[in-house]
Amino acid sequence: MAADIAVIRFPGTNCEFDVVEALGSVGATGRVVFHDETSLGVADAVVVAGGFAHGDYLRPGAIARFSPIMDAVRSFAEQGGPVLGICNGFQVLTEAHLLPGALQKNAGLKFRCGEATLRVETARSAITNRATVGDLLRIPINHFEGNYTCDDDTLAELRADDRIVVRYVDNPNGSVDDIAGICNAGRNVVGLMPHPERAMHELLGSTDGRVMFESLLSAAGVDLSPIG
Amino acid sequence: MTFDVVVDVQLRPGIADPQGATIERALPALGFEGVRGVGVGKSIRFTVEADDEAGARALVQDMCDRFLTNPVIEDATVSLRAAQTAG
Amino acid sequence: MADAPTDEPTHRALGLTDDEYGMIRDRLGREPNHLELAMYSVMWSEHCSYKSSRIHLRRFPTEAPWVLVGPGEGAGVVDVGDGIAAAIRIESHNHPSAIEPYQGAATGVGGILRDIFSMGARPIAVMDPLRLGPLDDARSRWIAEGVVAGISGYGNSVGVPTVGGETVFDECYADNPLVNVLCLGIMPSERLVLGRAEGPGNLAVLLGSTTGRDGIGGVSVLASAGFSDDEADAQKRPSVQVGDPYEEKRLIEACLELLERNLAVGVQDLGGAGITCATAETAAKGGSGMDVWVDTVPQREPNMEPFEVMTSESQERMLAIVEPAQLDAVLEIAERWEIRANVIGRVNDSGCLRVFDREGGDLLGDVPAVSLEDEAPLYDRPREEPADLAERRADSADALAAPDDPGADLLELLCDTSWVWSQYDHMLFLNTVEGPGGDAAVLRLKHPTTGEDTGRGLALTTDGNHLWGAVDPRRGAAMTVAESVMNLAVVGARPLALVNCLNFGNPEHPEVMWQLSESVDGITEALAAFGFPCIGGNVSLYNESRGRDIDPTPVIGVLGVVDQLTTPPPGTRLVEGGRLVLVGGADPALSGSAWAASRGHRGRGELPSFDPAAVAAAAEAVRELVAAGLVLGAHDVARGGVALTLAEMSVRSGVGFTAARLAGHANLFGESSGRAVLCVDPDQLRVVLDVLDARGVPHQRIGVAGGDRLVVKDQFDLALDHATAVWRDRLPDTLGTGTTQG
Repeated sequence: MAADIAVIRFPGTNCEFDVVEALGSVGATGRVVFHDETSLGVADAVVVAGGFAHGDYLRPGAIARFSPIMDAVRSFAEQGGPVLGICNGFQVLTEAHLLPGALQKNAGLKFRCGEATLRVETARSAITNRATVGDLLRIPINHFEGNYTCDDDTLAELRADDRIVVRYVDNPNGSVDDIAGICNAGRNVVGLMPHPERAMHELLGSTDGRVMFESLLSAAGVDLSPIG
Repeated sequence: MTFDVVVDVQLRPGIADPQGATIERALPALGFEGVRGVGVGKSIRFTVEADDEAGARALVQDMCDRFLTNPVIEDATVSLRAAQTAG
Repeated sequence: MADAPTDEPTHRALGLTDDEYGMIRDRLGREPNHLELAMYSVMWSEHCSYKSSRIHLRRFPTEAPWVLVGPGEGAGVVDVGDGIAAAIRIESHNHPSAIEPYQGAATGVGGILRDIFSMGARPIAVMDPLRLGPLDDARSRWIAEGVVAGISGYGNSVGVPTVGGETVFDECYADNPLVNVLCLGIMPSERLVLGRAEGPGNLAVLLGSTTGRDGIGGVSVLASAGFSDDEADAQKRPSVQVGDPYEEKRLIEACLELLERNLAVGVQDLGGAGITCATAETAAKGGSGMDVWVDTVPQREPNMEPFEVMTSESQERMLAIVEPAQLDAVLEIAERWEIRANVIGRVNDSGCLRVFDREGGDLLGDVPAVSLEDEAPLYDRPREEPADLAERRADSADALAAPDDPGADLLELLCDTSWVWSQYDHMLFLNTVEGPGGDAAVLRLKHPTTGEDTGRGLALTTDGNHLWGAVDPRRGAAMTVAESVMNLAVVGARPLALVNCLNFGNPEHPEVMWQLSESVDGITEALAAFGFPCIGGNVSLYNESRGRDIDPTPVIGVLGVVDQLTTPPPGTRLVEGGRLVLVGGADPALSGSAWAASRGHRGRGELPSFDPAAVAAAAEAVRELVAAGLVLGAHDVARGGVALTLAEMSVRSGVGFTAARLAGHANLFGESSGRAVLCVDPDQLRVVLDVLDARGVPHQRIGVAGGDRLVVKDQFDLALDHATAVWRDRLPDTLGTGTTQG
């Protein structure tokens, strides 16, 4: 049976069906769960998809964090279930304190959409367990508030615990220490600013997002057929 | 009692403020010299019901901590006064 | 009636002429009251009624077997196969953007989206053709930054990718930018919805935002009057509306859900003229009437007058016509998406739009719905070719002195527009195979319900060239259509349908009406030759600043289809060792060219000769070659001529070229239609040339790609590094790295 991945949709989320399509291309079933639900159902993993939950009003993720479904996401994470927050989903996870730090306006004060190159910094995370440290992945970015910031102690802890998952090779937004993605201490919750679901098809210019979704399935304990 | 509240949200000291920096750079070009320390934040206005000023202040502080600001990057200053009642 | 008959100054203050006032009085058989006059004034405004242009727009060919809906509805719709229908529309938001660039551009995006999803289609792509004042002018830079930030801020947040457009800078757009916006949506063919209020007793449900005073008088006052810097015009500024992309996003989801579940008889967006327009239009098209109860409309401000409620242009509102039995289901969907839904009236069989203060209350206004919608005056305004036309045409740019340094002139034309489009989400929905910056956007075509990939693609291009229009509005418009066709061909697409946005100056100037009429004829002639129809359009008049009309600027949008989308199109690029082939025959005339304009020669001389049959043959041959995978790189020849085409291919791919057989600057910079440069693998060259020969398409081998210099023998020799830096840095250096607007 195909893995069942809950894809969270807040009002204003817009990448949920893209994530479902991407999951489909690695053999998993994405199931869109609306924010007013209180249960994830029987899910193998959770993806908090990108977009503009609640219009990004007040701060990105600030209102979404209080949605009913977030209690279920929190307990799923606490039990070790893999949770991936992409872009706005990353912002939601920081606001919900499932990940440390915050995402500020880009240093260039502009929305940036385009391709970025990421370096895999650890293979011990829910989205890189099938990658190798040092791998370069071409994955699109699409954000105005992707400038990761945190206090010095947090940064030191992220570094010491090998929790910086991917870094930008050419920092597009001013993120501290070129951070593009981090994970929690349990390594099952990952926040990622770039959009791996946009890098799943030769026609769209890159298939480097596959390894991230395949890793997510691995983290969920789904048996993947051998990959070449 | 009804209180008029203004919450002034600013980035915490030490947090980069690219909007403020951009405005500060632009001002001399327009002939405004001597401007320093530009910070861009937001102000949130509302009225709130509470028994007294201390109660109102506590309530608003809680809102700030839990929702209106992100303490990782933002600080809030609360201004509060009893609303003028009609008649 | 509640109001006393109005005196004469009121109708004039509302922008109605004495004759129009007389028509209204005759139609009603009595004096109209103030509310009624206000409703006529917005519905009969230029913006809503197209009263100056309608007589000309009728000449467009609008029919083809694949056309499902032609002009006159919210959007044109064509059958694109596999049970999928595509809805497309283009609009202008020029005047609002001149006053408040961020909000003007943002609400332009919002408005066009509503046109598309009101037909039942999910918007999947936006294109933004922009024309802005020169970059050395501070106000124009402010407008440019604000417009781009507004499109970015609204479009990205509402969740529809902006996949292309144009960015043109010219002095004629200082203070009057052209902010056009095109939207494409797709739907299952069977879901096509038309804005109809049928069935007396059905309910009119207002969905979305509250109604405020923003935008009152907007259509008549803003869109129909030119701007100056004087005090009186400054008074019009409060009319600017503020967009809320989050409200719109929820409105899209809610409306599509209620259409998918068949819960609405018809859906209509509220655009210009607000509730008046939506109710009158749905009633007129449905052959019915409508009662509206003013007090049921959620109001943002206290003490709004009925005429304000009826004509407000507050954004993010839709009107759904719902059978009473379905009302609860509709309200439930609205609640789930957290949007307001209020029954504000009921369909009647009187044929009249009747406005009451409340249900069962006082009748405030009562006018025949068709009189607002279909019986607006139709003007055949005087038109006259310019008195000095013959003299102007005799002054050819071919007589200008040859450039001392053609390479320097070429560098001046190079401009990377990624500063603009990197601020737009152009990848959402995972369809964008070729995004902004190329000749045409190419999107994967997936079924809107099942998500199944059809293996085919849709292609979109927008084009306009005011310098051509200024020389000869007729041939210039035809050449613009030709440019669109070639832009589609280089990505392997064939054209299906055209929409146009006709941006012109003051229609009270006979020369402007002549330009408009000529442009319509030019587009019509081109369409007849190319064999595809016009399915919609928009007219924006009174584009003038400080008393000067803009150059005639018809902007063309064309939807095409790629029959087999298995690999990305070759793109604007060179590949080391590739052979360069110039396809299409040229008339090396320079009048109307960007090079001539750089010498101050504008609006004079004659455009290159134009043979639509030859263009069609060249485009079809290019399309076949691209579709067959025989081409490594392809780029059309338009603004800037062959020189700019080669240079753009070079800087975009980081590969130089050495070309010859382009003698004289006219062969470098001339903009004759129906041409493209192909970069071809040497092993495929014979096949490519054979195909062109077999089609009788003129062609010329002009050189080879490779190296780190841009060389045209005896003309110029530029370092690739330098050209790339000039191209890349032009906009960032001028506009800076960010904006604090919005």
